[in-house]
Amino acid sequence: MKLRLFTTHHRILGILYLLLSLATVAIGTLLSLLMRIHRVWPDTPLPIIGLLKPEDYLALVTMHGTLMIFFVLTIAPQVGFASLVLPEQIGARNMAFPRLNAASFWIALAALLVLLAAFFVPKGAPISGWTSYPPLSAIPAAGPGEGAGMDLWLASIGLFCLSSWLAAVNILATILGERRAGMTWTRLPMTVWAWLITSILTLLVFAVLLAAIVLLFSDRHLGSSFFVPAGDLINGTIVGRGDGSPLLWLHLFWFFGHPEVYIAVLPGMGLATSLFANFARRDVPGYRIMATMLVAIGLLGLVVWGHHMFVSGMNPYAGTAFALTTMAIAVPSTVEVLGWLSMLTLPTPGGLWSSGPRFPTPMLFALGFLSFFVAGGLTGPILAQPALDSYLHNTFFVVAHFHMVMAMAGTFSIFAGIYYWFPLMTGRLMNETLGKLHFWLSIIGAWGTFFPMHLSGLAGEPRHYERLTGPATSFSGIVANERGITSAALFLAAAQLIFLWNVFWSARRGRPAQPNPWQATTLEWAPVAAFGRIDRGPYEYEIALNEMIFHPQWESASKQE
Amino acid sequence: MSAMLLEPVCIAQSHLWLPPNGSLHGIALDRLMRWNLIAICVCCLAAHVWLIVAKLRRPRSNHAAYSTPFRWALLAALCPMYVWLAVTAQHLWAASRYAGPSLEAMQVEVVGEQFQWYFRYPGSDAAFGVTRPALANAATGNPLGLDARDPRGSDDVVSSALVLPAGREVDLRLRSVDVIHGLFIPGMRVKENTVPGLVLHVHFTPTTPGTYPILCSQVCGLGHARMQAVLSVVSPAEFDSWLAARERARSEQPAQ
Repeated sequence: MKLRLFTTHHRILGILYLLLSLATVAIGTLLSLLMRIHRVWPDTPLPIIGLLKPEDYLALVTMHGTLMIFFVLTIAPQVGFASLVLPEQIGARNMAFPRLNAASFWIALAALLVLLAAFFVPKGAPISGWTSYPPLSAIPAAGPGEGAGMDLWLASIGLFCLSSWLAAVNILATILGERRAGMTWTRLPMTVWAWLITSILTLLVFAVLLAAIVLLFSDRHLGSSFFVPAGDLINGTIVGRGDGSPLLWLHLFWFFGHPEVYIAVLPGMGLATSLFANFARRDVPGYRIMATMLVAIGLLGLVVWGHHMFVSGMNPYAGTAFALTTMAIAVPSTVEVLGWLSMLTLPTPGGLWSSGPRFPTPMLFALGFLSFFVAGGLTGPILAQPALDSYLHNTFFVVAHFHMVMAMAGTFSIFAGIYYWFPLMTGRLMNETLGKLHFWLSIIGAWGTFFPMHLSGLAGEPRHYERLTGPATSFSGIVANERGITSAALFLAAAQLIFLWNVFWSARRGRPAQPNPWQATTLEWAPVAAFGRIDRGPYEYEIALNEMIFHPQWESASKQE
Repeated sequence: MSAMLLEPVCIAQSHLWLPPNGSLHGIALDRLMRWNLIAICVCCLAAHVWLIVAKLRRPRSNHAAYSTPFRWALLAALCPMYVWLAVTAQHLWAASRYAGPSLEAMQVEVVGEQFQWYFRYPGSDAAFGVTRPALANAATGNPLGLDARDPRGSDDVVSSALVLPAGREVDLRLRSVDVIHGLFIPGMRVKENTVPGLVLHVHFTPTTPGTYPILCSQVCGLGHARMQAVLSVVSPAEFDSWLAARERARSEQPAQ
């Protein structure tokens, strides 16, 4: 398949989205390495860049977070993979609106370029973090980077909202309107369920983010005062005109921000379910429950945003309410995890194992996803308790939590998807030996990087600190820990070179893939598009006479008998 | 004593764990934290061990039971744990945040400003004087903008260090001049943002004399990492003499 620009072919657009995310993740990783090195050697000049100033560190934090959350964890698993395989998975020929899909990609690329431009304007990129709390983000005088850099940030995220909206409308219309005859709700692959719910979330919450961004822009340039209180005094100048409330921004932002992390991780959950079924050669036990729980997680995700605000000045009774809704998410998440564990370790309804699960690279990365989802997910109920959060909020414990459950679980599911669907993109398989090496080095590096952060957080180390020693405290006891984290991060980043090499080498020289190389049952692997009505479930494996047989969805059940 | 308070203090955090607790509610909080961490470590290990062990003893045929009842049994076991976590935590939260401070609690105002903490004691009239942003001028010794026309402010003491008597509840009145800051005293297990335009309150009882770092936990600009101060918890007698000395110095100053 030839890679052409300005195409409306969903699969090529899917590849373009993934390449956009790949470029972004490379930049975002380099930024994080600079941060890690600066934290442990704050007074050592770096090659080329020289000595990082405190504001440079904060600009790196802001850009790292924004790049990774929006352009990697939102784009790749949601619209990237959906463009790649969603139409085929439901038996359609293309997305419902192919041109809209292309428009959404080009707007996302424009958003990325606008964001990166913030590095090159006078005073550099914004320093207020990806959450951009006002008044810091509302008043250019509040810090370097809060002038032109912040305007570019707002413009970029505004464009990104538009892009995500178009993509979500497209995915939703495709799932609702383009399914082949017989592709009923219970015959959908679990990935489609995940894309369905994340698209609904995207429509709801990116609308609120866009509104918040317009209000903040208006505060900055149109003389309004939605977020800046009366008498606000910055740098010796009173800037508060009306009587706005910074808390309003927190509510608007986190109403978007929390569902956003589900937008990032739900597709990974759907994909992991599919891969476990494929490689354990079995059905999904309790398919309806698993799908319902995905929907439940998405919907509950809309009513938990206040758990980011326990100590922000919100009413303490509201804190309790949000704590309880947040704890409730533990239940559907536990159902999902137990579902996966039983898929992987307990026998099928026939009571027989065939050869047991197989462990090619995509399966390994799906297991890595499960490992991080469990480890990072379990610290969620701790942070959901306002009493404990009143110590842990904004410490490295939180950084560890969301890097495990969102960043690493998300990234491992993206890797799983790339290794799995690579034959659809290139007609070739990725190299298995390199893939397995990449997996083992990555999981060791990722645990080594993010697990020790919990300990720094328990010791009280706050986020966004460019150095460990300040006027009143020196975190001397955690310096060794922090150096270990930096070393592990460098190790983890270096291991990704194996992946890059594998992608570009396998795309040209990899082993040509047989049709349906993983013996999968879902429709994206159908050898010919000419098939009729769907009358099979997504994961039909069975054992007959001790032999594994499987029934792809493109084979008719009636024809077999 | 006063020398200790004036010297710049640098407190080393030497553990990879919670720093020593110096507050009354911190005892229950630390216990809750410990049990929570144990519970989730056990769950996390159990999930990984289950996965790995099941992989090692391959392949066993004829497990009698289908997996679903087992799954529901486990879920039924885990749900009470979540309920327990949720309820016990709310109990502690309610005790420290729903209920206001006792009427005898000492009032101290904490003001965050890029990149400095100020602590204001109301003086013998137990009332804070009015402040106006337009009057704020750190160079002339009035960083908070105390209005000299308000008599209640004439005995207010503004300090760059927080000094508290051990064993007496304190009610902190949190304000910010410019952007959102986060008041974080790890040793007191206390954290609450200071938000411009709002006056927030947080109360606790320091019990163990000593010095504790005060940090900023909400990114507030380029000096965020050095926006720190020191809390000294001292005996009530030491506190009284410290405050009396500061009030004497205040009354000798010309009116602002």
